[in-house]
Amino acid sequence: MVSNRAETLQRYSLAALSHLALIAAWQFFVVYHEVPRFVMPTPRATIEALLIPNYRWLENIWVTSVEIFGGYLLAVFVGILTALLFSWFRTFELVAMPLLVSLNMIPKVALGPLIIVWFKYGIGPNIMMAFAICFFPIVLTTARGLREVEPDLLDLVRALKGSRWQIFAKIQLPNALPYIFSGMKVAAILAVAGAIVGEFLGSDRGLGYLMLQVQVTLDTPAMFMAVILITLIGVVLYGIVLALENLLVVRDARIR
Amino acid sequence: MGEPFIRLDGVRKTYRTRGEEFLAISEASFDVEAGELVSLVGPSGCGKTTLLKILAGLHPHDSGTVMIGTPSEPFNPARDIGMVFQQPLLLKWRRIIDNVLLPAEILGLPPAESRARARDLLALVGLGGAEDKYPYELSGGMQQRAAIARALIHDPKLILMDEPFGALDALTREKMNLELLRIWAQAKKTIIFVTHGITEAVFLGTRVIVLTAGPARMADHFPVALPHPRTLDMKTHERFGEYARRIYRLLGME
Repeated sequence: MVSNRAETLQRYSLAALSHLALIAAWQFFVVYHEVPRFVMPTPRATIEALLIPNYRWLENIWVTSVEIFGGYLLAVFVGILTALLFSWFRTFELVAMPLLVSLNMIPKVALGPLIIVWFKYGIGPNIMMAFAICFFPIVLTTARGLREVEPDLLDLVRALKGSRWQIFAKIQLPNALPYIFSGMKVAAILAVAGAIVGEFLGSDRGLGYLMLQVQVTLDTPAMFMAVILITLIGVVLYGIVLALENLLVVRDARIR
Repeated sequence: MGEPFIRLDGVRKTYRTRGEEFLAISEASFDVEAGELVSLVGPSGCGKTTLLKILAGLHPHDSGTVMIGTPSEPFNPARDIGMVFQQPLLLKWRRIIDNVLLPAEILGLPPAESRARARDLLALVGLGGAEDKYPYELSGGMQQRAAIARALIHDPKLILMDEPFGALDALTREKMNLELLRIWAQAKKTIIFVTHGITEAVFLGTRVIVLTAGPARMADHFPVALPHPRTLDMKTHERFGEYARRIYRLLGME
């Protein structure tokens, strides 16, 4: 256990170190090559962009977070529910699954202009965009997890005349949990991209919107800061999912 | 001895795949007394597993009769069956003791009593102290011991084992054979043990049933007149060799 803790500490220090090294390299590169500020700012200039009140950082962070988390949670909820319905009603799966596969082939970005026509622009449509982009992987992995149960294990339960519900609650669902999390991890990355694409296509608030605004004035430090903040929101979301997985899924069962 | 605990009479089973009939078992007839450990031996595709599934009530058979239970030893098909497979098939997310408890939960047995019983059974199979471990922390042999405890938790009258030691290395397998005999002697259950190991079949069985493939049929069944408790040196007895040769001959290997 002690060596385990030391190992964890070492792992985290190394991770922190590589991040710091990247920032140092960034600083060195800009200073050494005398890169103009509007092409690439120093880390310091990037942080100083936060001091400009006009950019309403807090509000924009909030809006983008709501879009990402909103779209993501909706996708997790609807995605898992859809997969459960697939597993309970075989005919529904046969009808709906091929349709979902076709619909998933639509480039979601191409739907952006349509979504704006239908829903105007704002937080709602951007949540829809994040949802649309990360819904499918969750359905797919959950459905697969629910299917992958050892037939012999089912025989063991059936020999004791176990009910369908018992099979589902005691075997199928916990067995699917690692798969659900693997889908949720992929979806977390996609949700961030979805929300930002939504903001690029049409919105009046959010970090993506801010990037388009400051692009006009060539305030590159602010653009850098916006990208960093978007990344951080993504890291927080991913971290929450990882923490939940650590809590709910026994180590050996996890899918990497 | 009165009526046998299990009586199979002319059991026949065919599968139909893509319009083609496939004969899984033709005319299986044998009796098993209560408390026997019967070895079912034969090559792959001889219908061993099918026969087990018929006994477990998981597959219907086409003709013949299967009777389990006697007036003095009644058999309830909904709760008197324990199963052990080639893979331990423990639930990865459950601790060992909770894995053992699965059948008790499905049957709705009282939790506190079942938990106490699970502890006793884990001690019986040599896993005392491993109650709170997860399956991945145990070796294959130990996982299979847990699977045996799981098959015993609801105190079933009949244990069906489908090549339970087939995935273990040779030494662990020998050890598990001795362990199974010890558990069988203590738990006093009727066990049907499917294997394709000929020495294993003779060493474990009070009786051996030999099935042959292509076409699947019951070729022979005979009692094994070796004393109990069995010991490893019995494998070198002349009589042991005779039994083994008898099976080899039936399987066309001599």
